[in-house]
Amino acid sequence: MHIHEAVLSGSPAGLAVLGAGIVATVVGTAIGLRRLHDEQLPRVAVVTAAFFVVSLIHVPLGITSAHLVLNGLVGLLLGWVAFPSLLVALLLQALLFGHGGLLALGINTLTMALPAVICYYVCGSWVAGLPRGRAIAAAFLAGALGVLGGAVLTAGALWIAGEEFTLLARAVVAFHLVLAVVEGLVTGSVVLFIRQVRPELFALALHAPAYR
Amino acid sequence: MLMERVDPRTRIAAAVVFSGVIAAAQQPATAGIALLAAAAATPCTRLTSRQVLKRLLPVNVFALLLIVALSWADHVSPIAARHPEASDHTGLGLALMITAKANAIVLWVVVFLGTMDLITLGHALRHLHVPDKLTHLLLFTVRYLDVLHGEYLRLRTSMKLRGFQPRLSTHTYRTLGYLVGMLLVRSLDRSERILAAMKCRGFRGRFYLLDHFTFSRRDLGFLLVACAVLCLLAIGEAS
Repeated sequence: MHIHEAVLSGSPAGLAVLGAGIVATVVGTAIGLRRLHDEQLPRVAVVTAAFFVVSLIHVPLGITSAHLVLNGLVGLLLGWVAFPSLLVALLLQALLFGHGGLLALGINTLTMALPAVICYYVCGSWVAGLPRGRAIAAAFLAGALGVLGGAVLTAGALWIAGEEFTLLARAVVAFHLVLAVVEGLVTGSVVLFIRQVRPELFALALHAPAYR
Repeated sequence: MLMERVDPRTRIAAAVVFSGVIAAAQQPATAGIALLAAAAATPCTRLTSRQVLKRLLPVNVFALLLIVALSWADHVSPIAARHPEASDHTGLGLALMITAKANAIVLWVVVFLGTMDLITLGHALRHLHVPDKLTHLLLFTVRYLDVLHGEYLRLRTSMKLRGFQPRLSTHTYRTLGYLVGMLLVRSLDRSERILAAMKCRGFRGRFYLLDHFTFSRRDLGFLLVACAVLCLLAIGEAS
């Protein structure tokens, strides 16, 4: 869910939301960049590019369809580095497709990356360490939490910007409640796959890479 | 004047300033002027009208949603009833204003940055003192976009050959999950190989900037035109 700065800039409260988003994203990105080793750059870039490509995948959802977000998965893989990663991905989406605007990058990155970081802290160690069944449950939680957290933050931004957006904010949350289940299922199966094929990937956020 | 010849740093700065000014506008006249001026400026890029319209599509889909939602909200509890002092404000009016502003902003960003290739963008961002790691991440990501998209299309084709049809089922979601997992695993392996190859060639975690941008007379002309448009917007806002 991308908001455009034109939506938020109509009221002083909306402008404050835009500003707060920029500040929070700068802080989060600074923390993420500090934790990012030069040697991890190619890996993080791959995850960033994957996030971008995954947004092109449309999943059927009853009569309609939605594209995958998977910011929870990005959080599980990258931790705080999700901030710079999602910032770059959203910048590319803004420039190439016209999703969201340049000034709204702050609030849009915040709404995507903050739930991702929370997923990392809440579910990260469970996904990597617990036995299979419970790990998949944790991954489902991360996928659902990521997209739902994003929707709630977006709705909150709209709600603060003006009471006339209340209905829209509710619609955003309602739609993402359904999408959260799909995201959870897909994230669960991605995690299942990665655990079987390349379990060390979950250590991406925790350790420097093997090359020294 | 073709936009490609203007200094990329100036173009980025102009895109940000124009976004801010138009977003801050409160008068419909300003939004109208910004939209018209942006439409008039699009020939400066060499994009076809089809390409431009495609960039405008997402923001207008959202605008449609906004128009419906705000008109409905207005219908349920009119803004004028709650705020008598703003009696000329209607949900529909607000939605149309937002739509005009959003279109104007997207158009101006397309005019300024639409034809800038992403490598130049990364380069210019470094000159604008964006942190090294962030611009490196951008450049690496741009490098991998095509690779991953190609990989995705290949995997998608092979799924189709095996008779996969997306439906509303757990099987679909599981399969898509495996697709994403496979995409990640293969691409990460490739990235490790690329890193090793780059290290063999002496990569030490930074790119060196070889060419530097120069601010020329042409850029001054560009700035003057941009300032003139901004003045026009200021007049619209004051009227």
